[in-house]
Amino acid sequence: MSEYVSNSRLERVLKAGHLGVTSECGPPRGTDAEEVKKKGLLIKDHVDAVNVTDNQTAMTRMSSLAACIHLKLQGIEPVLQMVTRDRNRVALQSDILGAASFDIPNMLCLSGDHQSFGDCAQGQNVHDLDSMQLVQTVRHMRDEGKFLGGDAIKQPPKIFVGAAANPFADPFEIRIPRLAKKIACGAEFIQTQCIYNLDKFKEWMRRAVDRGLTEKTFIMAGMTPMKSVGMAKYMKNKVPGMDVPEEIINRLAGVEKKKQAEEGINICVEHIQELSEIKGVAGFHIMAIEWEEKVPEIVERSGLYPRPKV
Amino acid sequence: MIIAEKKPIEEIIQEVKDFDRILILGCNECVTVCEAGGKKEVEVLASVLRMYFMAQGQEKTIGERTLERQCDHEYLEEIRNIIDDYDAVVSLACGVGVQFAAEKYLTTPLLPGVNTICLGANEDRGLWTERCQACGTCVLARTGGICPVSRCAKRVLNGPCGGSTNGKCEISKDTDCAWQLIIDRLKALDKMDDYEKVAPVKDWSTDRAGGPRTVIREDVKI
Repeated sequence: MSEYVSNSRLERVLKAGHLGVTSECGPPRGTDAEEVKKKGLLIKDHVDAVNVTDNQTAMTRMSSLAACIHLKLQGIEPVLQMVTRDRNRVALQSDILGAASFDIPNMLCLSGDHQSFGDCAQGQNVHDLDSMQLVQTVRHMRDEGKFLGGDAIKQPPKIFVGAAANPFADPFEIRIPRLAKKIACGAEFIQTQCIYNLDKFKEWMRRAVDRGLTEKTFIMAGMTPMKSVGMAKYMKNKVPGMDVPEEIINRLAGVEKKKQAEEGINICVEHIQELSEIKGVAGFHIMAIEWEEKVPEIVERSGLYPRPKV
Repeated sequence: MIIAEKKPIEEIIQEVKDFDRILILGCNECVTVCEAGGKKEVEVLASVLRMYFMAQGQEKTIGERTLERQCDHEYLEEIRNIIDDYDAVVSLACGVGVQFAAEKYLTTPLLPGVNTICLGANEDRGLWTERCQACGTCVLARTGGICPVSRCAKRVLNGPCGGSTNGKCEISKDTDCAWQLIIDRLKALDKMDDYEKVAPVKDWSTDRAGGPRTVIREDVKI
């Protein structure tokens, strides 16, 4: 993994062997670009790139690509999230070209939450491709310089391609084979689901390392600070595929209410520090949901600041 | 088979209220098996409509007939001699039967009495579940005999997605995760190595996407 495939700063940070740091920014449910820019500027100097979600939880929002462009124009490097729920292969390929035309150098390929969770529960879903096939598609466009239809692309997109992984989802026995499959499809970096169960994550990482997968991809551990014990309980009980151990809930419940947010940050920082020592962890994806202003503090206290110059 | 379910009676009444002579036309195939449009359901619907219109003080002629199949010229011809006795037909066949009858009897309004749901199986008494979406390019050989196109809410060909929890789909705790079923089956077949074979981008041109589909068999043509 020595030569660069894109103009991505994230790619350079990871390939130089630094722990990479990404965060995330949800586009607004309206046309005010200032919201996106404000979130981006809050974290700009503390991360290598910022993921922009694509109609997350199937709620209609400003398009991920448009929000990425707003960030890019502020000098912030975006990671374009693309879900296969809403667009067929024509639209996906077209948006990939559009993103590359604005020098958006990173992409994260996802299937997306089912539309029944969102504000258009009666809508169709597309799923012409699945997330792995989307990874293959971008790689094909970039590396072969061709569309899926076979025609040559005039000036192919240069994009560093990522995928998501959930070390905690069911069934557990295919967690590593599934990761291997995504890497075989061409995922160059992986951002994981939020990690709270460190032991289980370490076991997953150990298996990934044993299988040589960390030689082929950069695994960025997903981190989401808890704002309160209520949030922790909600994540544990209501969010599919989330593993929140009792000890996290007890620890948050053990401090007075107005200090729970601070304790949530403490836990997050401790987890980052602990996981920084784990073989195969290439960086952190800090998803502070509607709490972007805390990202700089988390990054600084975790010893990940300043970000390397590459 | 094709699974259908009865339309709400209010909707049927709304559709037929302006006609005086109505034929309820059942089908002896799939809709009989799934108890939505066979002889028994024809009788029940005809009785309900008679009672309703009688209570409204309206005199209507409600006829009953159930054909062997409504997706076949031969059987549909059986009503040619009576079709002009009616102002409208409520077909309790699937969408195929309704249309085939409509094509044959151009001047008679054909109204659907059922909603056609899916291609499925009779899983239990009173329970019918989807098994196939007729995508036109069967992948079952690669997925342990369990169909991700019809049984995964995202028709993910390389699953499961991140929403699989305790064997259930993210859309509902009552819906099995198709990929959990696929993995269970691959394990039972001792073919878990197959799991890591990547399913290529699918040709959906044989699916709905390619427009109305046709099968032509020269060898069976007359």
